[in-house]
Amino acid sequence: MGNKTGYAAGGETVPKVRVDHVAKQYEETKKHAKVKVENLTEQYEEEKKGLFFSKNINPSSIFPDSEEEGYVLKNVNLDVEEGEFIIFLGASGCGKSTLLNIIAGFLGATEGKVLLDGKEIGKPGPERGVVFQSAESAIFPWLTVEKNVEYGLRVQHIDKKKRRQIAKDAIELVGLAGHEKKYPSELSGGMRQRVQIARSIASNPEILIMDEPFGALDAQTRRTLQDELIDIWKKTGKTILFVTHDLQEAVYLGQKICIFSAAPNANIIYNLEVPFGYPRDMDNPEISDYTKEVHSKLEQAINIHGKEPVDKSPV
Amino acid sequence: MNRVNNGIKLLARSGIVTWILLIIIWKIASLFSSPDFLPSPEATLEGFMEIANNGVLIEDIAISLQRIVLGWGRGVIIAVPVGLLIGQFKTVRWLVEPFINFFRFVPAIGFLTLFLMWFGVGEASKLVLITSATIFPTVINTIAGVAAVDPVKYQAAESLGASWMQTFFTVTVPATVPYIFTGIRLGLSSAIISIVSAEMLAADAGIGYLIYTSRLYYRTDWIFTGIVVLGLIGFLADKLLRVLGNRLFRHYGVVNQ
Repeated sequence: MGNKTGYAAGGETVPKVRVDHVAKQYEETKKHAKVKVENLTEQYEEEKKGLFFSKNINPSSIFPDSEEEGYVLKNVNLDVEEGEFIIFLGASGCGKSTLLNIIAGFLGATEGKVLLDGKEIGKPGPERGVVFQSAESAIFPWLTVEKNVEYGLRVQHIDKKKRRQIAKDAIELVGLAGHEKKYPSELSGGMRQRVQIARSIASNPEILIMDEPFGALDAQTRRTLQDELIDIWKKTGKTILFVTHDLQEAVYLGQKICIFSAAPNANIIYNLEVPFGYPRDMDNPEISDYTKEVHSKLEQAINIHGKEPVDKSPV
Repeated sequence: MNRVNNGIKLLARSGIVTWILLIIIWKIASLFSSPDFLPSPEATLEGFMEIANNGVLIEDIAISLQRIVLGWGRGVIIAVPVGLLIGQFKTVRWLVEPFINFFRFVPAIGFLTLFLMWFGVGEASKLVLITSATIFPTVINTIAGVAAVDPVKYQAAESLGASWMQTFFTVTVPATVPYIFTGIRLGLSSAIISIVSAEMLAADAGIGYLIYTSRLYYRTDWIFTGIVVLGLIGFLADKLLRVLGNRLFRHYGVVNQ
């Protein structure tokens, strides 16, 4: 606009970047949830087919008395905003990992859908980075740390120079600089989990899906990695979905905590917004009170479950 | 003192003590029998020197080794890809597994006369025999290896954007290496076993032939020589394989037991 009136000639610089519509665009993206789970229902089924594997859950072995098939999850709805750190908290076997596997694309939903940026998700893809519980299973022992982190970029045909640089940054981000040439067998459990996190982040995913990633680590290492994860989250601004059954971990990490009721027919029955900033001092009386509150909600949630499917007619 | 102890332990572990004991027992036993029945260690050594010096032994060893390497090599080249493919495709596995489970219990040597009829008495029938003897254990182990790949590794590769083909070459194959390697080792031992038997029945050279024909001349010392040489070939070949495997594939999980 300035140059029209001739101000530019008077020595004033013409703006190179114009920022007129940014606010509007931001609002537009804000309207859509980053991840949207709509009326998701997941049945116990004999065989669910992924690309390579199938999951066998025999309903009669879980509920020997039940003749009807139950659902792992029933009518789950969830909106996740961009950049949020969401915790899925629930007892073992409550279906929180099932939901995670559906979002990752490893399982198909029986009913309902999952949207990422408004688009329905399909098979697994690098836009949904997954950090598995066991780093031993998930990383490739025949590749060095560097090659492990580069793996996703390599299969996506990113050229060598570029992927080396990206991998270097990711390795630095998780604090593994200097260990690039080592093999996983030469690393500790905590370091292997860092390799896994770096490998997911290197592909620059839209969301980061983490399934009890620190469950197998000792308390000390777990706390270090939790702190580092908060750091990584702040630096990268990634949306994180994090499954845990550890109450302390949930309160320490989460921006929001989704508490699951027990399967069958599990659902998210509490969606709590954690009213504290980071870092959190778990000994702080306010936070420990809050933890107790979440604990009682979790206890409640565990007891809310239909031993039989909800729609079963009374005898 | 400690050093001496350690030295003794090391000796015992290396197997040298076992060998010395064996030779002593052999020597004592030979004192009570005729040389035709059980020749003494030194008589065997003399017999060994005799055929070693006139070149018969070297020739036999060379011929047997050549057959083993050619047949085993072919077997490995066929068996590994076949095993990987059978392991990867469930439908193929269902089709092929009954066939494998049936024929794996038929020793390779059981096919010898059949191969002699099909491929003649020349080298071809023996090569086919060793090749098939190698194929079975290698294929079976490779299939088991593919089945044992941790599904989480597939999930990881898939979620990092790997296609089916990429996953096959970057996950299935490397993750199966330890199993393939065990299969190859078992294949080698069954190759050696079957070639010796084949040479006894239908050959005019080779260690098996040496052992078999020595009987006609009452040269028990040559039979012993043949047996020791066979043992050595097997032992050294396996050792070589293990060292190689450990060097090349350590990070794949091949361990030198």
